[in-house]
Amino acid sequence: MKLSIERGTLLKALAQAQSVVERRNTIPILANVLIEAEGNQVSFRATDLDIEVVDRAPAMVERSGATTVSAVMLHEIVRKLPDGALVNLTEDAASGRLTIAAGRSTFSLATLPKEDFPVMATSEYSSNFSAPAKVLRRLFDKAKFAISTEETRYYLNGVYMHTATGEDGPTLRCVATDGHRLARIDAPLPEGAAGMPGVIVPRKTVNELRKLLDDDEATIAVSVSETKVRFATPLITLTSKVIDGTFPDYTRVIPMNNTRRLEVDASEFAKAVDRVATVSSERSRAVKLSLDEDRLILSVNAPDSGAAEEELAVAYGDERLEIGFNAKYLLEIASQVDRENAVFLFNSSGDPTLMREGNDTSAVYVVMPMRV
Amino acid sequence: MPALCRDCLTSFAGGARCPACRSPRVLTHPELTSLSIAHMDCDAFYASVEKRDNPDLRDKPVIVGGGQRGVVSTACYLARIHGVRSAMPMFQALKLCPEAVVVKPRMAVYAEASRAIRAMMEALTPAVEPLSLDEAFLDLTGTERLHGAPPAVLLARLVRRMEEELGLTGSVGLSHNKFLAKIASDLDKPRGFSVIGRAETATFLTPHPVRIIWGVGTATQAALEAAGIRRIADLLRWDRADLVARFGHMGERLYHLARGEDHRRVNRDEKLKSISKETTFFEDTAEADILDGHLWRLSEQVADRAKAKGLAGRVVVLKLKRGDFQLISRRHSLNEPTQLTDRIYRAARALLDQAGARGPFRLIGVGIADLAPEAEADLSGDLLDPQAAKRAGAERAADAIRARFGRAAIIKGRALR
Repeated sequence: MKLSIERGTLLKALAQAQSVVERRNTIPILANVLIEAEGNQVSFRATDLDIEVVDRAPAMVERSGATTVSAVMLHEIVRKLPDGALVNLTEDAASGRLTIAAGRSTFSLATLPKEDFPVMATSEYSSNFSAPAKVLRRLFDKAKFAISTEETRYYLNGVYMHTATGEDGPTLRCVATDGHRLARIDAPLPEGAAGMPGVIVPRKTVNELRKLLDDDEATIAVSVSETKVRFATPLITLTSKVIDGTFPDYTRVIPMNNTRRLEVDASEFAKAVDRVATVSSERSRAVKLSLDEDRLILSVNAPDSGAAEEELAVAYGDERLEIGFNAKYLLEIASQVDRENAVFLFNSSGDPTLMREGNDTSAVYVVMPMRV
Repeated sequence: MPALCRDCLTSFAGGARCPACRSPRVLTHPELTSLSIAHMDCDAFYASVEKRDNPDLRDKPVIVGGGQRGVVSTACYLARIHGVRSAMPMFQALKLCPEAVVVKPRMAVYAEASRAIRAMMEALTPAVEPLSLDEAFLDLTGTERLHGAPPAVLLARLVRRMEEELGLTGSVGLSHNKFLAKIASDLDKPRGFSVIGRAETATFLTPHPVRIIWGVGTATQAALEAAGIRRIADLLRWDRADLVARFGHMGERLYHLARGEDHRRVNRDEKLKSISKETTFFEDTAEADILDGHLWRLSEQVADRAKAKGLAGRVVVLKLKRGDFQLISRRHSLNEPTQLTDRIYRAARALLDQAGARGPFRLIGVGIADLAPEAEADLSGDLLDPQAAKRAGAERAADAIRARFGRAAIIKGRALR
């Protein structure tokens, strides 16, 4: 294999590959990236056995071939090369090394045979559709903060992507929860997605996917089966196993009959929560909301460290209410609101509270209160 | 040189026998009247209580411990002559001493005796730090004016009072810090009284093997041995930086302890770090139902203790010992501290399910760690488990009933498994 490629193009292609590679590996080849050159294209493939990413880039291929080298090391080398450099990759079959040459720098990296590289089995996808990057970005970005890290509830360690019926018809829906807060985000169902099996997309895949979604104009080809999900752009293909488990019936969790309605400027609210939470105890971070006729008092009372109080003008016309929340959870859901006011719907101080943006039901959040 | 008769408590200027009662139990030490940190350790505590309560046992070797599968909790001095030691498996102990009388532990009685001893100690100083039912550190600094006698006299009076009023003997170590006091109490057991003064600290420590240091177990000992350190003298040759580099935090401790330096205070309430309970099965088991029953009862015991102490834990720990003695330990961090049986049990149960069917097991244990005050516990609910709040309410109600009508007034069916 012998090829030359522009440094910037190479760096971009390697970035995703090296982030899939797990830092601590017991299987040496999993630390490597599989480089395959053919025609006028080179591809970089990396995997952790659960996720596989293939990144393609245009290159001048002199001699086609394939080999594997340390993903992190290759990425580091390329990153440190000067911008605009032309990088030559040459495989020397006799010495089992890959030579990387650019300008006056030359590196040679140990290789492992390409035959040993585990390539994820291709599978039949029962559902294929395309969706604008912008739509998927919103679905996953707004849901992912609620993903659980609890290993005992592994089926919550991802975003549940499935089809559902929303208020405006069929939707592609993403739900994540850790038992303390929940996010339910809807988008109009893309053509061809009907009948798609619901899948739990693991946290790491969600983070890797995010890198494909930056371009507003891009369209992502999505393929789903019971066990795998694939997201593809013309140059990058991300394939991932899905979490083998049943996502709990979240519909029961979303309160339908909460009537006490608070409307507040989300960013003012978040800032105030952040301010009063400064004195709350490091771990519990409890903040009390006291609501009365168009008035919200946020307060923290931590016997060991101190107390804080702040008043906000809000729209609230229901019975007086005192309710406590974890400040971190409040901040996280308030920061999801970017266009209109935040609307909170309460029942009692012990029941789950619902939050949405204005009257938009395409993104709703549920948060569990805390005793204060 | 100041001397003290341990029988009649007369202080005198020195001599082999007490000038007042002619007793040979005389304590002589140049620093006798100036040392004030003590460690008191009862002699074969459980066994001594049993002998006291049943005089027939007086001249027989007595082993306190549980069942065929259990281990020796305490062996009396007669049994120790045969080589029986604490924590030895019972079958081995009985092989060494077949004529031993094995008594099941009566913890309530021991706790009662322990309370009585503690009250005696607290009459001397508020700075009493119990290490277990039968041993404690005492800081008697500054009590001489109050009691009109130096600490050594007060301590001799304490053990004499324990013998007279409770029929139990203890050994005392007196020194200038906790580390040395603890070593001293072990020098002359039973009915001992040993003193390690400031002047002889270094000469006393140097020849001893490193395992004399509290906290140096088999593993540390092996690590030290690998570095060529067997005796305290070897430790003294090491630079502090080198010890820290090689042994980390432990190295720092070793450096100071080898020099007889220990600045820990005698703490009335040493902060509890974790609460745990475990049980060894009569025979190894892998049966899910049996394990589950134990898991519930242990969770309940842990929760009871946490509630009694006003504490809660952020981490739930499951401990399993397999038939081949392999130890499996699993931890789960909760989102917030808990003191509820229900939550401890559920977390432990999930850990057990994940540990897999790698039984059979001989021991199971449940604990909580990373403790927090109960005011921070169980404040938030679980969206996905709406029944959790109801179960928590039921548990609090059951606790109230038990507080009023006794422990057996209400139990879960699960506890009967």
